[in-house]
Amino acid sequence: MVMLKVEELLVDYMTVRGVLRAVDTVSFNLDRGEVLGVVGESGCGKTSLGLALMRLLPENTKRVDGRILMDGVNLLEVPMENFIRDFRWRRISMVFQGSMNSFNPVLRIGFQVAEPLMVSAGLERDKAMAEVERLFRMVGLPADTLRRYPHELSGGMKQRAMLAMALTLRPEVVILDEPTSALDVSIQTQIMNLLKKLKKELGLAMVFITHDIGLSSDICDSIAVMYAGEFVELGPADEVLVNPKHPYTQKLLAATPRVRGGGMLEFIPGSPPDLVNPPSGCRFHPRCPFIISRCNTDRPGVFHSDGVDVRCWLYG
Amino acid sequence: MGDTLKELLLVEDLRVFFSYRPGFFTKKLVRAVDGVSFSLAESETLALVGESGSGKTTLGKATLLLVKPTAGRIHFNGRNILTLDEKELREFRRYAQMIFQDPYSSINPFMDVYHIVEEPLLTYKTWSEDERREKVYKTLERVRLTPAEEFARKYPHQLSGGQRQRVSLARAIILEPKYIVADEPVSMIDASSRVEILRLFKELQRTGGISFLYITHDIATARYFSERIAVMYLGRIVEIGDTEDVIQEPLHPYTKALIESIPEPDPRNRFVERPTVMGEPPSSVNIPPACRFHPRCPYVFDKCRTDDPSLRAVGRNHMVACHLY
Repeated sequence: MVMLKVEELLVDYMTVRGVLRAVDTVSFNLDRGEVLGVVGESGCGKTSLGLALMRLLPENTKRVDGRILMDGVNLLEVPMENFIRDFRWRRISMVFQGSMNSFNPVLRIGFQVAEPLMVSAGLERDKAMAEVERLFRMVGLPADTLRRYPHELSGGMKQRAMLAMALTLRPEVVILDEPTSALDVSIQTQIMNLLKKLKKELGLAMVFITHDIGLSSDICDSIAVMYAGEFVELGPADEVLVNPKHPYTQKLLAATPRVRGGGMLEFIPGSPPDLVNPPSGCRFHPRCPFIISRCNTDRPGVFHSDGVDVRCWLYG
Repeated sequence: MGDTLKELLLVEDLRVFFSYRPGFFTKKLVRAVDGVSFSLAESETLALVGESGSGKTTLGKATLLLVKPTAGRIHFNGRNILTLDEKELREFRRYAQMIFQDPYSSINPFMDVYHIVEEPLLTYKTWSEDERREKVYKTLERVRLTPAEEFARKYPHQLSGGQRQRVSLARAIILEPKYIVADEPVSMIDASSRVEILRLFKELQRTGGISFLYITHDIATARYFSERIAVMYLGRIVEIGDTEDVIQEPLHPYTKALIESIPEPDPRNRFVERPTVMGEPPSSVNIPPACRFHPRCPYVFDKCRTDDPSLRAVGRNHMVACHLY
């Protein structure tokens, strides 16, 4: 059952150097309980995609186009007031990158997590706190955490509290932007195990934004590889990770250091393009080892191959 | 190692304690590095692997005398550097350099690449302006910032993360050091460029005869850069050995758990809860007695709660501090 359908989403920013297209004709479906990984390097537009879904794009956003459909309603056309009342945090919520460090240092954690329940859902303070206690238990925080201050918690505990906060209004979709990137590997694994549990127990759908393709395999049912604002490859995790189609996905996997198995590590020469002046044709062509004649003139469309959508002329 | 290679650095029973005042009258001691010994050969890379708070950065800085060791000995080229006078210390600093994690904040945004890389030369009044210019261009070429003349004129904001880190590297190697402490040098670099930077390090290690202390939380990258790995936990080295031995046959329960924690790109991972170390590391103010890992260890037995294990040789070049062995 498709819960969230994104069609040809496009986000333009106005910068001092000109218009920057951060998200370019991105389309995907998200089913109930499905986890979609959005994997890409810094500046590829993955956070902008998450913010667009929450309608929290910054002020210098020049244009948002395309459709974000939930139950047939285009979220981009819903008046902002109604979006805030009916959708944001209630049906779709987000854990922002590094947000565990944005707790207010002088307020107790329990109160901060309870705030949306009191403000948005209109719960009494006692009821809200009881609900937060339930949520804390669910994310593996001891009950006394309610009365603690942010500085008394470790990074892993703060991230658990952040997750509880995103779940307060029982959304169906949670966007997680690099939820473990500031944590140690052992704590990262603990949080990933928690996310797997929440996915199973709550049937929660997630958009899991990460720069780490290895980590994406840890929870994602499907994976979108993002490069220069585009989804260059989108398909089931088993296909994308095992038989990568797009040259960028192939090289990214070959550049991932592993502890098991051997093999030479590769790197992709050059760096990602400047999105104010993107290269002509395929955005990846200046770094691609398999370039053919039309790559530098024509932008590839989305082609289907083995159940995977891939934006590459090799499959056209 | 050590059999045929010449030893460059020898650290013996090094301790670095910090004191702080949590209250007005109380004073507490943080034992950041608590009795560490290791050696580093010429042209060798030792990876110092551990989680945050394990003391790996403090240890790295202490070997450069950037933090003052509380106790222990550090020999560099056979000389105890803790007893050097000011002039000798200046000489030592020329041969021992550091590269930091964040290439966005560790180089001056108001200076162009030429002046950033030239600066270390100016602290030693040995070279003329022409000699300095030649050295700067040559060094930029060694770190593959070519054409050097073009990059020399650029400012940090015009460079990518990988290019900035190469500027830091150029700055570190221009005095032709023998020893570089690289603290998480690639953790902020994009995955597609990370290997390129590590290969460059590797090449400089060979051609420049540089020894690296590679400080990282990421065992997977250590595998591709270092000859040996030392695993740190709460201020101690708990396991040290040749890289492949430590990764393929980890001995210490902590090392095992760390390696199991690393997600490999395998879609089957999503159906299982992956094993890892339970709980969180205690703070280095309250280090558990006896074996410091025992409260989190799945194999704990009586002796672990009473006796502090010391590093003992178990295999060839492989040492572990654990009562299981």
